[in-house]
Amino acid sequence: MTQWSGYFGLILQGALVTIELTLMGSVLALFMAFLAGMGRLSRFFVLRALATAYIEFFRGTSIFVQLFWAYFVLPFIGISLTPLQAGVLALGLNVGAYAAEVVRGAIQSIGREQYEACIALNLGRWQGMRHIILPQALLVMLPTFGNNAIELLKATAVVSLISLTDLTFQAQVVRAQTGNTLVPFSTILILYFILALLISWGVRSLERRMARGLDGVRA
Amino acid sequence: MEWDWNFVWEIMPTLIQGVKITILATLLGSVLAAIVGLGIALARRSPNRTLSRTVGFLAEFIRGTPLLVQLYFIFYVLPDIGILLPPLVAGVIGLGLHYGTYTAEVYRAGIDNVPRGQWEAAKACNLSARQTWTHIIIPQAIPPMIPALANYFIAMFKETPLLSAITVLELMNQAKSVANTYYRYIEPITLVGAFFLVISLFSVVLLRWLERRYGKIER
Repeated sequence: MTQWSGYFGLILQGALVTIELTLMGSVLALFMAFLAGMGRLSRFFVLRALATAYIEFFRGTSIFVQLFWAYFVLPFIGISLTPLQAGVLALGLNVGAYAAEVVRGAIQSIGREQYEACIALNLGRWQGMRHIILPQALLVMLPTFGNNAIELLKATAVVSLISLTDLTFQAQVVRAQTGNTLVPFSTILILYFILALLISWGVRSLERRMARGLDGVRA
Repeated sequence: MEWDWNFVWEIMPTLIQGVKITILATLLGSVLAAIVGLGIALARRSPNRTLSRTVGFLAEFIRGTPLLVQLYFIFYVLPDIGILLPPLVAGVIGLGLHYGTYTAEVYRAGIDNVPRGQWEAAKACNLSARQTWTHIIIPQAIPPMIPALANYFIAMFKETPLLSAITVLELMNQAKSVANTYYRYIEPITLVGAFFLVISLFSVVLLRWLERRYGKIER
């Protein structure tokens, strides 16, 4: 009988790495999403072009290729990244590109009358965005951001291939050491699923909190 | 390290071998995903609560866990119970199952979008359940689904590099083996990225055309 407790500790360590990656990747993705999403709506052609190029590039190539590029190709042009840095960079930039379209869509979904009201109240472009448009758009973005975060969590499995010791990597270690395949892989599948449920539950409760007092205001 | 065109031409034939497998896996995976998705969508509409609940939960589970781990599961766990699959078959099954849970939602939306009056008219014309589906519902439900389905097939195409993790000799794996042989990563990995980018830019054009031709569906 194999001693499972030690292996389970290994899997838990992997879970911590996965959670860490998901959190850091999400922060970078959120930042990039607002940067590129607002960039696409900018008045300036250069900003619009840059944002579009970023979004199309990262949505057009697969996360796996981007990760390998960050980890294996960047060192040759003088940028050496640790596996964790490469992972966070690739995950954040990739999911950020998808989320940028969410930001753009949500901002554009806010009715024309809101923009007109901003002008009528003599708010500047930035003031209107900050106080009127974004608070409403944020609520529209939230559910899709939740889905994006789950996609990011799922994408973290790929980092095991650049030797980062996440859940999937540890499961492979356990498989190599015990020869058992069913237990490690089932365990991590369930762990991933629990993490995904946690994210969707967290986003739902956040949404409820933010929607408080807005009943009847929203269409 | 410099970009070397001679090296690019040298490795091109190997990479094209990989491209063939990548495209083959995408096509087979798409067919499987289309079938699995229809199965899931129909099972979830079934009046049998146990069946619809179970299938619903399984689909949710597959959608909440990483494709990479599912591929490992199919490739490493199934042989233990006597099902030995060649890597490509395991990969196609993984892609088909994973994206089947997504296409199921497209089918669901497509079927729900057929107006109630059509169902009632079919009943009024004394059509059997089978006739209603094949002559009334499906012909109306399919065209609006096409752009959304194509979208997922393109997403699947971008996930095919994951198959390299279960030793399928597709594009990414060929690129990696070339890179490891010559210890030059810039050209192979960049070419893989460029290949995916070019194909997805073309597929954006194709999607726009499909949307114009068949109309858009809520995703």
